[in-house]
Amino acid sequence: MSTRTTRRLLAALAAVSALALTATACGSDASDGGGAAGGPKDVTAALEKGGKVTVWAWEPTLKKVAEDFEKKYPKVDVELVNAGTGDKQYTALQNAIAAGSGAPDVAQIEYYALGQFTIGKSVEDLSPYGAKRYATGFTPGPWNAVSDDQAIHALPMDSGPMAFFYNKKVFDKHGIKVPTTWDAYVEAARALHKADPKIFITNDTGDAGATTSLIWQAGGRPYKTDGTDVTVNFGDEGTTTYTATWQKLLDEKLVAPISSWSDAWYKGLADGSIATLSIGAWMPANLTSGVASASGDWRVAPLPQWTEGAKASAENGGSSLAVPKAAKNKELAYAFTEFATTGAGASARVAEGAFPATRADLESKEFLDAAFPYFGGQKANRIFAESARNVGADWNYLPYQVYANSIFNDTVGKAYVSPTKLTDGLKAWQDASVTYGKDQGFAVNK
Amino acid sequence: MPPRTPLNPRPSIPLTVVTGLVLVYTLLPLAWLLVNATKDQNGLLDSFGLWFADDTHLWDNITRTLTYDDGVFVRWLLNTLLYVAAGAGGATVLAVLGGYALAKYRFPGRRAVFAVVLGAVAVPGTALAVPTFLMFSNMGLTNTPWAVIIPSLISPFGLYLMWVFAAEAVPTELLEAARIDGSGELRTFFTIALPLLMPGTVTVLLFSMVATWNNYFLPLIMIKDPDWYPLTLGLNAWNAQAQTAGGEAVFDLIITGSLLTIVPIVAIFLLLQRFWQSGLAAGSVKE
Repeated sequence: MSTRTTRRLLAALAAVSALALTATACGSDASDGGGAAGGPKDVTAALEKGGKVTVWAWEPTLKKVAEDFEKKYPKVDVELVNAGTGDKQYTALQNAIAAGSGAPDVAQIEYYALGQFTIGKSVEDLSPYGAKRYATGFTPGPWNAVSDDQAIHALPMDSGPMAFFYNKKVFDKHGIKVPTTWDAYVEAARALHKADPKIFITNDTGDAGATTSLIWQAGGRPYKTDGTDVTVNFGDEGTTTYTATWQKLLDEKLVAPISSWSDAWYKGLADGSIATLSIGAWMPANLTSGVASASGDWRVAPLPQWTEGAKASAENGGSSLAVPKAAKNKELAYAFTEFATTGAGASARVAEGAFPATRADLESKEFLDAAFPYFGGQKANRIFAESARNVGADWNYLPYQVYANSIFNDTVGKAYVSPTKLTDGLKAWQDASVTYGKDQGFAVNK
Repeated sequence: MPPRTPLNPRPSIPLTVVTGLVLVYTLLPLAWLLVNATKDQNGLLDSFGLWFADDTHLWDNITRTLTYDDGVFVRWLLNTLLYVAAGAGGATVLAVLGGYALAKYRFPGRRAVFAVVLGAVAVPGTALAVPTFLMFSNMGLTNTPWAVIIPSLISPFGLYLMWVFAAEAVPTELLEAARIDGSGELRTFFTIALPLLMPGTVTVLLFSMVATWNNYFLPLIMIKDPDWYPLTLGLNAWNAQAQTAGGEAVFDLIITGSLLTIVPIVAIFLLLQRFWQSGLAAGSVKE
């Protein structure tokens, strides 16, 4: 081969690849975090000026909100991006913040994960924008989760006061009464499983969210967080109450070894082999779309109680909308956050099936009187609203709860597959959480 | 009946049984996919997995898959086609050019290239994913189609295959004859070498197309914007919907979507395999 041809070929190749590189380099925009926090006036000005808001969220009803928002403010373009669900999105968000580019203007963050972003000072304090006036507009559980004495870190988007979902058809067939206490629940579990060995009262393979919620209901407060001072203690009375009861279910193999959210789970909910769920009030939407064939079989009841006649409840799940400090247009981002979580935006989302964190929606007659065809026409929202009022106060999550939850199965999970006791599993979880917290620079259990 | 010879041995029952088992094992997932693509959500949860439900919803499922969420599936399909055309197509072009050059030209550093290529074949793509991500992130290319296309352009295995193939399939004497007749290097390559390299080229194309079509990990770390998802990521995103509070479970669409996803790749495989077969036979007989 003549060297001239080779050279020409090489030169051509080099030119092409250089072109490709510059072309794409121009395509990506430089990040610019600048700009001090503006007040409510700036928010209005930003809305008039228009621009683009990138929202990272997986919550389905936000689609409608984005459309409504664009209709109301035609100059604003909302780009709704599903950057992953739950911890996948948090990882992406954390990476984007650390990398200094690619962070969205608004991000959906579940309450349990918010601490990780507030302690890292990576979300904007929303009080200067006018968020303070919503302090009494939200139910206490979610509001406590997004705010502290110093700042309002996010606005509550939805909430998950717990309720008891049960398959009435299965219960009726075997003549079992709906349990009102957890002791009665254990009895019901035994009776159901005895009547038909294929039926389990519920499924559980170790779920951090569910476990902490039930400990919360039992009055346990294993986490205390005050800035960087953290306490982890799974030895308190509430926790002991929970483990004593749940250990019975595990020992007698009364819970189905099926993980929540799996295909098998949906199948179990459909065919009645998983007879009850103690879960957040957002569950109706999942049942309606995911387990349509069991429509009419299911009913809702208040959560069983740890002490006869009590009315304690807890939150399970629920998420907020936060504005990352790295957002490009914070005023616009706040405007969208406010629109989606309060007033008309919140009501629109409730109409689409979201569970409200706003008092106004929770107390509206329309909401309370809504009949659920899926639950045989039951006015289930009354039970959920009652539960929301009874959520135990003072619950804290760890500032690194996302990590803690990720190691739940390595520690507490053992109680589900080996002779390890729940108490020992929780102790192991506690130790691992303490070690990790110390490594991250927190003052843990000092 | 033909006589029993070493090339036509007596049928072996154990061997037939084993082959049959392997066949069933291979085809079972495909059969499951076909059967379940005809069911709706209720049918999926209620009926036996390996047989049809009472009513068939295949057509309904296909239209719903293509229209769900404003037809985002079609967008993902087009993205996948783009990644395959640009990535696998480009990888094949580079492998053919490089393989031919390495087989037929003598130049300094050739042995070094050989070592690098062989080494590169041994490194799994997964191990390179994180460094590639960091590099692309620094260049500001993440979240763009380039982040998927550019890494797909490099196929060390394809290059090695073409190198070996070119060494065998293109007689050096032929190239020398062309040069004596005054043909330039480019003309020689396109008119003489390229047709001879066709079976190898198709093989490399097939391999890189399947690899790019099924690529999950690279787009997963590179792309956050669902508008640029390939089908693999898109279907996974639909699956994740069922795992969130208030999310809509669309198992029926995921299964139908998976079926639609493998149809093109099966078609390509069937269309190209005759070239591939003749390619495998090339060089096996001494002329």
